[in-house]
Amino acid sequence: MTKEQALYNYCVRLGDNALVQSYRLSEWCSNAPILEEDLALTNMALDMTGRAQLLLQYAGKVAGHGKTADDMAYRRAEREYRNDLISELPDADFAFTMVRQMLVSTFECFLYAALVSSSDKEIAAIAAKAVKEARYHMAHTSEWVIRLGDGTEESNRRAQSALNILWSYTGGLFETTDADALLLSEGMAADVSQIKTKWQENIEAILREAKLILPADDYQQTGGRQGLHTEYLGHMLTEMQYLHRTYPEAIW
Amino acid sequence: MVNTTYTKSQIIDLLAGIPDPEIPVVSIQEMGMLRDVVITEEGYDIIITPTYTGCPAMGRIEQDILGMMEQHDIAPAKVTLTLDPAWSTDWMSDEAREKLRKYGIAPPLHSSCNKARFGDNVIHCPICNSEHTSMVSRFGSTACKSLYRCNSCLESFEYFKCH
Ligand SMILES: [Zn+2]
Repeated sequence: MTKEQALYNYCVRLGDNALVQSYRLSEWCSNAPILEEDLALTNMALDMTGRAQLLLQYAGKVAGHGKTADDMAYRRAEREYRNDLISELPDADFAFTMVRQMLVSTFECFLYAALVSSSDKEIAAIAAKAVKEARYHMAHTSEWVIRLGDGTEESNRRAQSALNILWSYTGGLFETTDADALLLSEGMAADVSQIKTKWQENIEAILREAKLILPADDYQQTGGRQGLHTEYLGHMLTEMQYLHRTYPEAIW
Repeated sequence: MVNTTYTKSQIIDLLAGIPDPEIPVVSIQEMGMLRDVVITEEGYDIIITPTYTGCPAMGRIEQDILGMMEQHDIAPAKVTLTLDPAWSTDWMSDEAREKLRKYGIAPPLHSSCNKARFGDNVIHCPICNSEHTSMVSRFGSTACKSLYRCNSCLESFEYFKCH
């Protein structure tokens, strides 16, 4: 694998994560429990759409095939997507969304903070913007996780059951490939093995405050890196890509 | 052919008047979004930077810039988006902050406040200057603002988040 191929894969992975998260968050538009939350979730979705656009556009540039961010988002099949499985799971309820976003945004705070010093100037520039946004996402969602976990019996039950499902997908965040090793040696990628300890400490602190219990079962479902997804991603893409595939050259 | 009768500073002066589409009391220059003007053989390249990655106003700003250039017959012109260095609310001028406050939006604190997880930052009410305010929602009508309430004058207001 060449450095360019590795960098392309890396950008696609980051871009797909942002895009898939954005899609799941935007599904809350007009469905959130309160108006403020409707605004918050769609604002976070907007941040991630912007991030996805920058990363997928850059991926197209690195590959040199002239594909735009739209081509990347709307014209790739499920097996070509490289997002983490945790991001594509459908939202069971509000607690599920908040617990998931807290787990992922905390990871992204560390990830993008590390990428600010990437030797790849474009990644570093995107990371400098993404890290600030991720901090707002983490602050917002961790406050909600604490409110829900340390709230009523019902909200605690829902937050705990979300955590029980989501926990087995967190391992995917730290899944690496040979391409990552190559980029690491070039100082372009972030070392997720170093992020893991800090991430776990932060998560445990939030969960303690939220009176939520870390699941004992440590089984981890991975595969996103190889394009092996849950059944949910295909359904999501079918809906997301429908318009673009039906009217390929349509302009807004 | 480039019309070389325009200098960089003349063009910046011209574009400095373009208002931010979402907060029209401040200009794109006061917001720190207008970064540079590069004049080459090929034409005029206007360098701008986005505030937020998903800022929907960027397309509108590009149109406004190109419209202004066309109006003054300055051609050929194009707009280039740059991400480095990353935009920060620390670039906002004191004048711009004062304009925001008068408009009813509490200006951003220093960007270091972004690092706190559970922000206990004091935001002064832009109307009565009271420090007894509380956050209603971290995300407001646009990605760059939060919603606050003043516990003294009881008005609700927006706070431009530090970034
Ligand atoms: Zn007041």
